[in-house]
Amino acid sequence: MNYSMTANSPSDLPVVSDRLSKKAMRHVSERLIEALLFAAAAVSVLTTIGIVYVLVSESVHFFQNVSIFDFLTDTQWTPLFDDAHFGIMVLVSGTLVSSLVALVVAIPMGTIIAIYLSEFAHGNVREIAKPILELLGGIPTIVFGYFALLIVTPMLQVIFPELPGFSLLSAGLVMGIMIVPYIASLSEDAMRAVPMSLREGSYALGSTRLHTALHVVVPAAFSGLAASYILAISRAVGETMILAVAAGMQPNLTWNPMEPAATITSFIVQVALGDLPHGSIGYQTIFAAGLTLILITLMFNILGQWLRRKFRENY
Amino acid sequence: MQIQDTPSLKAEARGLNFYYGEKQALKGINMPIYDKKVTALIGPSGCGKSTYLRSFNRMHDLYPGNRYEGEIRFFPDNSNLLSPDVDPIEVRMRVGMVFQKPNPFPKSIFENVAYGLRVRGENNRRVLDDKVEHALRGAAIWDEVKDRLQDMAPNLSGGQQQRLCIARALATDPELLLFDEPTSALDPIATGAIEELVHELKKRVTILIVTHNMQQAARVSDYTAYMYLGEMIEFGKTDEIFIKPQDKRTEDYITGRMG
Repeated sequence: MNYSMTANSPSDLPVVSDRLSKKAMRHVSERLIEALLFAAAAVSVLTTIGIVYVLVSESVHFFQNVSIFDFLTDTQWTPLFDDAHFGIMVLVSGTLVSSLVALVVAIPMGTIIAIYLSEFAHGNVREIAKPILELLGGIPTIVFGYFALLIVTPMLQVIFPELPGFSLLSAGLVMGIMIVPYIASLSEDAMRAVPMSLREGSYALGSTRLHTALHVVVPAAFSGLAASYILAISRAVGETMILAVAAGMQPNLTWNPMEPAATITSFIVQVALGDLPHGSIGYQTIFAAGLTLILITLMFNILGQWLRRKFRENY
Repeated sequence: MQIQDTPSLKAEARGLNFYYGEKQALKGINMPIYDKKVTALIGPSGCGKSTYLRSFNRMHDLYPGNRYEGEIRFFPDNSNLLSPDVDPIEVRMRVGMVFQKPNPFPKSIFENVAYGLRVRGENNRRVLDDKVEHALRGAAIWDEVKDRLQDMAPNLSGGQQQRLCIARALATDPELLLFDEPTSALDPIATGAIEELVHELKKRVTILIVTHNMQQAARVSDYTAYMYLGEMIEFGKTDEIFIKPQDKRTEDYITGRMG
């Protein structure tokens, strides 16, 4: 800027022109860096656009053969049979039931762990417990899948003898355990970000730790908690291997977690593993199912954005 | 108001030492706090006045490694606030505090003021309504907020937030109210309102106030203590401290030669 030049240097010309050329160089490198940063950001945006484009264009072919009405209302899903039916609700029900089971486990457990770590645990307990917890999130989901199939299902069968070998309940429970670290870790970050001055205000009024945690810290961190729940929902809806392994893969329109069922993701895996000719209707169902999945996730993301705005931190 | 020669004691620090881990922050403080009077704590930054103030409601107990020695006697029951047998929560039930930066909870105006009452188990709507109104009137903010008690408190202006925090502290009828530089984040008009309020409040409650602003100490307090490097250098009636301080260090600070 002009004033800094005149303020710092005497007004003999060579010095000024030297400074000017430096300024020009700075300008070029600034522009270069800006372009690089923009390119990096553009890659992820373009990838998303590309994925959506492929899904939509392939789905258009699909919906030329199958009406949207049938797609949404048919109660059977048999795309590879001679008598083909394309009722996506069959897969959506499996996805929603297993996700619901997972969230019923993960949201309370993750939130309680976060409250403990943020408000009660001593510094060194937190330093040890949090990395171990986050390790749980690094276990491959196929391992969780077999854990559900070989350990959790037999244990559940002790309580519910009529439970079949594959069930949404078993897969959902294990999926919940898998998601706990995400919720706990993100919620703990959100609660630790609540300023100490708010806690002190609460303690100064004679409040206990638990009362402070539940009535001041949790409400103050609510937008962060909501964000972690939404991420958890997205994880649950998109989870594939656990369900493919432990929930069975037969399409089954049910709202009962005690039954086996296919989900959108496990169907996609199943079909993608077979050899379907490119351009066949069976091939195109993958894209229609994928589009449905993205729309469900998008819906929850919009809900999450809305929640975050509604409960924006204003401390 | 009539001036008594020997007002009764509300609290008294006796040989108070305080340590942040190894570091000694308060050194052998002896000082009376007189009932229904305003006592100001002044001194340069880092002199320990906030540390001393926060000892009265055991705020230091929230952080590990802090240690008290000596006593703060609290009257009329002559209990020692710092005794390990005394539950800090019991102390905070009787000693309120207003912080440097307004810290309203992310709740409605009403729920902010009702917070301390709810902590004490009060859930009767009519009692809450009465006490909240009384506290808001006491903090001279009732007329500004009476029509929007359900609005979120953090949306108020800074000065209003601070008066709300005073109302929140008043709602539970504390015997001693601690002010930790309550106007340092406020503009002069809001500061004036708070000072007037402090003057008004001493009819009901004993007040201990930390301030960086010596004019403020002179305006609002009956007694003033000058602290330096963790020690209590001088304590006395405010007019005497400001007109003829006994200690050279106090005089230097007050006249602006140090600090």
